[in-house]
Parts: sequence; structure tokens; C-alpha cells
Amino acid sequence: MMSPAMRRRLPAVVTATLLVAMIVSGYLRYPKFDGQAIYDLFIDNGFLLVAAIGATFVILSGGIDLSVGAVAGFSTMFAAWLIVRQGWTSWLVILIVLAIGTLAGLLMGAAIHYLEIQPFIVTLAGLFLFRGLCFVIDDNSISIRDPFIAGIAEARFQLPGGTSITLSAFIAIAVLAVAAYVLHYMRFGRQVYALGGSEQSALLMGVPVARTKLAVYAVSGFCSAFAGVLYIFYIQSGDPSIGVGLELDAIAAVVIGGTLLTGGTGTVLGTLLGVLVFGMVKTILNFEGTLSSWWVRIFVGSLLLAFILLQRLMVARKTPAPA
Amino acid sequence: MSSVIRHRLFWPLVALALLLLVNLFKKPDFFAISVINGNLHGSLIDIALNGAPLMLVALGMTLVIATGGIDLSVGSVVAISGAIACFYISGQPDQNSLSAVLIAVALALAASLVLGAWNGVLVARFGIQPIIATLILLVAGRGIAQLITSGQIITINSAPYKIISGFWLGLPVVVPIAAVMVGFTALLTRRTALGLLVESVGGNAEASRLVGIRSATLKIMAYGFSALCAGIAGLMVSSNISAADGNSAGLWIELDAILAVVIGGTSLLGGRFYLGGTVIGALIIQSLTTTILTMGVPSQGTMVFKAVVVIIVCLLPVIRKVRSTRVEATS
Repeated sequence: MMSPAMRRRLPAVVTATLLVAMIVSGYLRYPKFDGQAIYDLFIDNGFLLVAAIGATFVILSGGIDLSVGAVAGFSTMFAAWLIVRQGWTSWLVILIVLAIGTLAGLLMGAAIHYLEIQPFIVTLAGLFLFRGLCFVIDDNSISIRDPFIAGIAEARFQLPGGTSITLSAFIAIAVLAVAAYVLHYMRFGRQVYALGGSEQSALLMGVPVARTKLAVYAVSGFCSAFAGVLYIFYIQSGDPSIGVGLELDAIAAVVIGGTLLTGGTGTVLGTLLGVLVFGMVKTILNFEGTLSSWWVRIFVGSLLLAFILLQRLMVARKTPAPA
Repeated sequence: MSSVIRHRLFWPLVALALLLLVNLFKKPDFFAISVINGNLHGSLIDIALNGAPLMLVALGMTLVIATGGIDLSVGSVVAISGAIACFYISGQPDQNSLSAVLIAVALALAASLVLGAWNGVLVARFGIQPIIATLILLVAGRGIAQLITSGQIITINSAPYKIISGFWLGLPVVVPIAAVMVGFTALLTRRTALGLLVESVGGNAEASRLVGIRSATLKIMAYGFSALCAGIAGLMVSSNISAADGNSAGLWIELDAILAVVIGGTSLLGGRFYLGGTVIGALIIQSLTTTILTMGVPSQGTMVFKAVVVIIVCLLPVIRKVRSTRVEATS
């Protein structure tokens, strides 16, 4: 008989096992699969990791945010427009787009809480608005030639064994560390869990529900914009169609990482595992060579199904269904 | 007068009329319908022609939302249905054979039904949240469509298949198809107890089960119907371009369809549903797209306007509520 705490961790444990199995089989199967391939997981999926961290906060609180990809895409476009077309200082522009993302999340949170409109619809409006604004700025991508951006984009740290890691990947991991600290060691984190467990109980317990809910969406908006900034470092340009579907990848990673979509249960480290599994699927298909890109979608869809059924099974065991 | 204003279709109809009037200002011959080669042509016909797939998808979505669910997978089903039909036809020695086209249509619709039933089983039998259950097919479905077409765009040259997007008695064929589907659904839900049962499931699935309504079966039927509608829409889309594009056919149609349903007055929480409202909602969205094209704004800019529409639609009931509580407070 498993203890409740163990049962809650089961999906994350399964994901971790899956990840290790994938890495080991990759190592055995492909001669080119070395330490660098592991670091590449972080380098190529840094923006997904940051976006998924934001999604973790929202999903833990029992909500959903569909605007993630659109806000990220808008951040790349608006930043590129300000830097290239208006000649603004790049570090200032980055701060501005982060502030816009946070504000957008805050406003969506306010609409969800005070106007009592469903998160799905509010963030759908956000998706339309920001994706549309991308194309209002420009139909084509704007490439950024800026020493500051290029400096960060090309900064690599040499690691033992001839491997290296980019500064962007470090930044993504730093965001993860901060998020884990906030969720597990700060009052705000506990309030997010309480809100996701039961809004009514949280309110009765004296959790500032309004403030927490607004903050959760603000965090998600900030992370979306941050993911956009990492995109800029990754491709050194702004592109109106970047981040399309990023919210779905993020939600998939969060679920695979063991966070319950009903809210209240899950960890941000699980989300890291989910993102890495997601990345490994892409890496393995890449190494395999013969398999085409659409298999990524089919594999991720199947993984999603498997993990949702696993979660269902756990919840069903916790509360036996009435006969 | 006040009863007219309070009618739930009043504001959506006003919005539709305003949109069409804006077009009239911009383009004086907007309402003109001409006859070219015996077929009707004109902006209004274009709206009907391009709006038919969206209207069908929104029709199915209405019933799913009425049961308290949501179907995110319709766009993928649109792609899969078109892919199956074109794949089958392209493999035939004679692409103009009517029987081959009929088989292709049957295969595509059967596959759509299976996908819908899959969604329904996940929601009704396994108790998975509808957003997530249909998210699986949204993610994997487009991959499946590309798998069928091997990542290519399959082009076909089949006269019978082209009929779906052609003209009949001067009218685009898709219009009577959509009209028949809407009429059939209205008849089935409003002239039998089915509509009431669906609303009851959406109101409270557990209570409905306890009074003897088969909630699970009804939900599976709703998802199956939604996928069937999406499958027909997929045939329309692929017939229109004589090709199957697994990557972009039906992309984002689920969002437009949900928007159409919400504009039509059906609550996302489930329960009461309004088919007439959905039809007007779909027409509003299609008119909006056409209007923006008439205005000369790049087509991607439509999204900003759609966002504004969503915000207004969401704020209307809130404003109404605030006003009514104020009236209560003063009286």
C-alpha cells in the first residue's frame, strides 16, 4: 500500500524513469549521443521550460492560460520592432517586453477574478489579441543585429569533456530554481496550492484569493514574455508566427510532469522532467533520421494520453467511485 | 420594445447588421448579387460559401458545450477527414469515378465518427476533463493527418469530389448542406426530448444520471456528432482546394467555433444552448473576416478584431449584471 504522498509523486517518478530509459537507450543506440546531447536538451528547450513553468503556476491554481505562445510571439516581434525600427537600447527593450507580458497576465487575471469570466475565454481573447498584434507589427520576421543580444546569444560556457552550454540555458535553469523556491518555500507558493485545492476553502482559510489569482496569471504572463526573450536569444530575430502552439506544448509538458489539471497537486521539478521528456522525443526522432517530424506530435499525444490515464487511475483509487 | 431588446438574439443580430453596413459604406455594391454562368456571385454569397465549414463545426460544438464539455480537436478532425478522402481518391485509377468518391466520403466520415467517439469515451467513461481529453487529439491528430498524406499536400483531380464545393441551381452546394444539418439538428433536439436531455446533462450530469438519463451515452453522442460535423467541414475545405493539406486545413477553427457558440449566447458552463445563436455567431465571424479583407487590412489582423469581439461579448453580460444589481439596490 502506497502512502498518499508517494501516490502523488507516482506520475513524476514514472516520467523520471521514462526519461532515464530514453537517455540510456539513446546513449546505447546512437554513437553521437553524448553529454552534449543532454545539454542541448536545455539549450533547445529553454523557452519551452520557462513557458511551462508559468503554465505550472496557472494549472496548480486550477486555471488555464492559452495566451502563452501569443504573448511570447508578441514579445519577440515588439522587441525586434523597438530595437531595429525605433533604435531603442536592447536591454531596456527586454525589460519593457517583460513588463508588458506581466501586465497582460495581470489584466487577464483581473478579468478572470473580478468579472468572473472563464479563464479559457479570457486567455483565448489574449491569444487572438497578441497573435494579431504580431502581424500588425509586421507580416515577416525582423532580424536583430544588436551587439548586446548577439553577446548573450553566443555566450557559451565550456564544460568538462569538450561540452558547452549557452547562457540562455543557464537563465532558463535559474528561472526554474526561483520558481521552485517560490512554490515550495514561500507563502505565495502555498497560497497557489491552496487556491488550486479548493477556492472556497482557501477563501475561508483567509488566503487572499484575489491577490493570488491575479499574481498567478501575472507570473504566467511574465514567463511567456521571458520565453519570448529566450526565443530572441535563440534565433536573434522577431517572428510573427513564433510560439504558435507553445501553450499546448507547455500544458502537455506540465501534465507529463505529473501536475494534476484540476489544480492543487504537482511540482515545478516535475514540469522540468516533462519538458526534458518532450525534448528527448524530438532528439531521438532527430537521431533516428528516418522518422518524420509529425511523429513528434503523435508521440507527444500518446504520452499525454498515457499520463492522463495514469492520473485518472490515481484519483480513482484515492476516492472510490460510488457503486 | 424592451422585449425585442431583451431577446437573446437581439445584440448578435445588431452586431451582424452593423458589420454588413460597414461593408456597404466601404463597398457600395456589397449587397449586389450577380449571376455568372448561371451561378450566383457576390460578397454575401462569399460569406455563405466560406462560412459553411465554420457553421458546421460550431453546430457540433454547440451540443458538446451544452453537455458541459468542449471539443478542441475539431480542427485536427477537419484535417484528418480531408486527408483520408483525398488519399483514397488519389489512389484510384479513375479519380472521376462516382463510386470511388462516395466510398472516400464514407471512409472520411466514418473515421471522424470514430475519433469523436474516442473523445466521448475519454470524457464520459474515463472522466477526463473535456479540455484535456480533446487536447490529446488536437496534438496528435494533426500528426495523424500528416502521416496519412506523408507530409505532402495531396492534390486530386476529381469532378465528383469537386461537386461538394461547387454550385447547384446557382447556389453553392455547401449552403444547403449546412442548412440541412442545422435544420436536422434543430428538429432532432427541439422536436424530441433529446435537446432537453442534453441540457439536463450539461446542467448537472450526476443528477441527470440519477433521474435515469444516460449521461455518458449522450455525451459520447455529442462528441461523435461534433466530430461528424467537423468531418463534413473537412470534406468542404479539401474539396474547395481539390487537395488535402494536413498542416493547415482547419487550423484554429476550434477557436472560431467556440467563439461563434459563445457569441450566440450559449454558456461555456453547459446547459441551455441556442442553435440559432450559433448560426448567427458563425455568420458574424465570417462577416468580420470578410469586412477586414474589404477594409484592406492584412488577413492576419483579423485576430485583433476577434479579440475585441470576444472582450465585448464577455463584458456585455457583466455590464448587464452590474446594472441590474444597481436597479435592485435603488428600488
